[in-house]
Amino acid sequence: MSTHSHTEERHITGNKTYIIVWAALMVMTVVTVYVSYINFGMLNIVIALVVASVKASIVALYFMHLKFEDSITWVFALFPLSLLALLIGMTITDTFTRTIVP
Amino acid sequence: MANHTIAHNVYVPFLEKKGILSWILSTDHKRIGIMYLISISFFFLVAGVFALLLRYELLTPASDFVQPHTYNVLFTLHGSIMVFFFIVPGLAASFGNFLIPLMIGAPDVAFPKLNLGSYWIYLLGTVIVLIALAKPADTGWTFYTPYSATTDTDVVLITFGVFVLGFSSILTGLNFIVTIHKMRAPGMTWHRLPLFIWASYATAVLQLLATPVVGITLLLLITERTLGVGFFDPAKGGDPVLFQNFFWFYSHPAVYIMIIPAMGVISEIIPVFARKPIFGYKAIAYSSLGIAFISFLVWAHHMFTSGISDLAATIFSFLTFLVAIPTAIKVFNWTATLYKGSIHLHSAMLYALAFVFLFTIGGLTGLFLGALAADIHLHDTYFVVAHMHYVMIGGTVMGFFGALHFWYPKWFGRMFNETVAKIAWFLIFIGFNVTFFPQFFMGIQGMPRRYATYPAEFESLMALSTYGSWILGLGIFIMTINLIAGLINGEKAPQNPYGSLSLEWQVPSPPPLENFEEIPHVTDWTYGYGKKK
Amino acid sequence: MGDASLEHSHGHHMDPAVEYSSSKLGMWLFLGTEILLFGGLFAAYAIFRAKYPEMFFEQHVELNKKMGAVNTCILIFSSLTMAMGVSAIQRGKQKATAILILITILCGLGFGVVKYFEYSAKFHHHIYPDTSIFFSLYFLMTGLHMLHVFIGLAILGVLFVLTLKGKFTAKYNTPVEVGGLYWHLVDLIWIYLFPLLYLIG
Repeated sequence: MSTHSHTEERHITGNKTYIIVWAALMVMTVVTVYVSYINFGMLNIVIALVVASVKASIVALYFMHLKFEDSITWVFALFPLSLLALLIGMTITDTFTRTIVP
Repeated sequence: MANHTIAHNVYVPFLEKKGILSWILSTDHKRIGIMYLISISFFFLVAGVFALLLRYELLTPASDFVQPHTYNVLFTLHGSIMVFFFIVPGLAASFGNFLIPLMIGAPDVAFPKLNLGSYWIYLLGTVIVLIALAKPADTGWTFYTPYSATTDTDVVLITFGVFVLGFSSILTGLNFIVTIHKMRAPGMTWHRLPLFIWASYATAVLQLLATPVVGITLLLLITERTLGVGFFDPAKGGDPVLFQNFFWFYSHPAVYIMIIPAMGVISEIIPVFARKPIFGYKAIAYSSLGIAFISFLVWAHHMFTSGISDLAATIFSFLTFLVAIPTAIKVFNWTATLYKGSIHLHSAMLYALAFVFLFTIGGLTGLFLGALAADIHLHDTYFVVAHMHYVMIGGTVMGFFGALHFWYPKWFGRMFNETVAKIAWFLIFIGFNVTFFPQFFMGIQGMPRRYATYPAEFESLMALSTYGSWILGLGIFIMTINLIAGLINGEKAPQNPYGSLSLEWQVPSPPPLENFEEIPHVTDWTYGYGKKK
Repeated sequence: MGDASLEHSHGHHMDPAVEYSSSKLGMWLFLGTEILLFGGLFAAYAIFRAKYPEMFFEQHVELNKKMGAVNTCILIFSSLTMAMGVSAIQRGKQKATAILILITILCGLGFGVVKYFEYSAKFHHHIYPDTSIFFSLYFLMTGLHMLHVFIGLAILGVLFVLTLKGKFTAKYNTPVEVGGLYWHLVDLIWIYLFPLLYLIG
């Protein structure tokens, strides 16, 4: 059985890229911690979640090589997120539009 | 990959090896399928006995056979065992395991060891639940809070068992998705796949992505009882309806985990015995995915009277009607396949026809329940019980029995007695309708479910329903005996007794250890019946 | 035993390229499951946070921001070493891979130690999972995450031993890559837990 075919086409990310990604993650961590000391009201949670999502995305794209995966991997990486959004979204819709608070 | 052959020159049926170890350590998908089949059939019969006991109690208005608490325990056991031990793993794990690699032209599933692991996790889950029976829960299979958080029966252990069963379900789903993506034989394109594979794929996606939510929900219920967490306890600021939201986020898709494989079975049986190509192949295939997707959007229709908001209830009621579209597509295409077909009423075909007929009744009565206003009246009445059993027995169980009769020769290499099978089918069909059709009337008249006693005016309908359950029980008993007798002294089955074109019929019965002597090259879909060769 | 060997050979017939992509897809599917397992807790968080914003504001100050930040850095660093480990084995560098996996394991253990001090500080102040909805969420989310750290550490331990034994090469290293995916998930979840629990404005 031949094994050479898949190792050749496989993408190997260089350490340089990894270190740049890591540095970016660290910078964003510092930013979130710093921002948390300033009061923006409701914006705080938005900023925190946006930064977290950017961090999560680059972890997935580079550390987890999602960038180099086929479309079916993308589908199964993203579809659960949309289901999670659905679960949160509809449960909140129910909880906060009830006329009688139990 | 294309020219990859498997080194078996002699035909070794997969049933060849003997001894218990050759079974419990087998990573052969067919043997794992058989182990699932035996397990789920056993639990089906056990839970069926509970159902007979429930019906027997309901023969008279007073609770003279069992005490109300015992009755509560009985319906909890009936529901939990039927749902979590039989019908959720059900067709997907037993026939899915057996058929998926055979149908797509693969030697096995993608992860054979994981597959065996799934089975053992399933058994572990059942053992945990059986241990929990020392102090059986009386919550119903839905474990609704706040009662499940406060009752002194053993809810923690039974829910933990169900949590473990969920893992088995997840891993099976994962395995099947990867198998269908990666293991198809050369030429087996997506649009040549048998429809059972499409159905299994949709089911597997649901198993994979809905089950974890019930997992965390049951864990939260366990922490509620053990650590004093208060997510579902209003006294601590929690919300009992939140449990229902989480629970049904899984358990509504779970309904489709139960029914979609049966739809796949019907799509296989009907063209073979109508000797016609399946009508609307792509419509049926994609409607399986459509049902799976929509099933995520409708969960709160189980909660219209639970105190959810009017807005949410309206949205969910509207979305619920969307389910009718893909299901109707399937029913219309099956009937269109039958149209002008050369129909052969084999016992498997009889079950398939029963499915189409009964599932349609089940589906149409579902519209009553999905309609917000009607549901307020019908919720938690026998109407729901009847609807649910029309879908689950009339649908899934008919599909299961149909699959049993259809693939029996392939699986075991023997034939059963066809005449007895037809008699059993007749008893089951009549018994089922006599049992459950009267329940629609009782439900509309306001008879609530889950009570050991009832007002005297329901006595005649209740008694009729109980008599029906006896006929149904007798039919299933005869069917079981007939199938077991076939194993012992049935005639040897030919390779392809029905002249099916699907891949699993192109290998010997029973199939050899790694299915195909040489991985087949597929050049056409499997439904080209009635054409000149 | 002839039978057993027949059985044993079974499942090894897959083309390595198919096996590789199957294993990776399988792990991604499993990660989807994990996300939805945590999803229930995230949904509970969203609802109770919206319902009781004051409770979350008042009680989150009990959490130790510094320890949380340190743990974030540890996990991100461990993700880096894991990713580099995967690249190293893809280039066939077994020794470098072993060292990188070992560093990853040490980071994971370090994370556990910090968490241990955090939990004991909470218990010392008589803060338990039933103290309030917020602390229920805190303990359940971080507890479930901790469980995943332990599972990840077990996987990494096996990978470390197998790497030392020379089981992985530039040609065959699927378990390292797939195990790495699991470890990155642990990091991913924490990336959300940290701001949601420790950094509420």
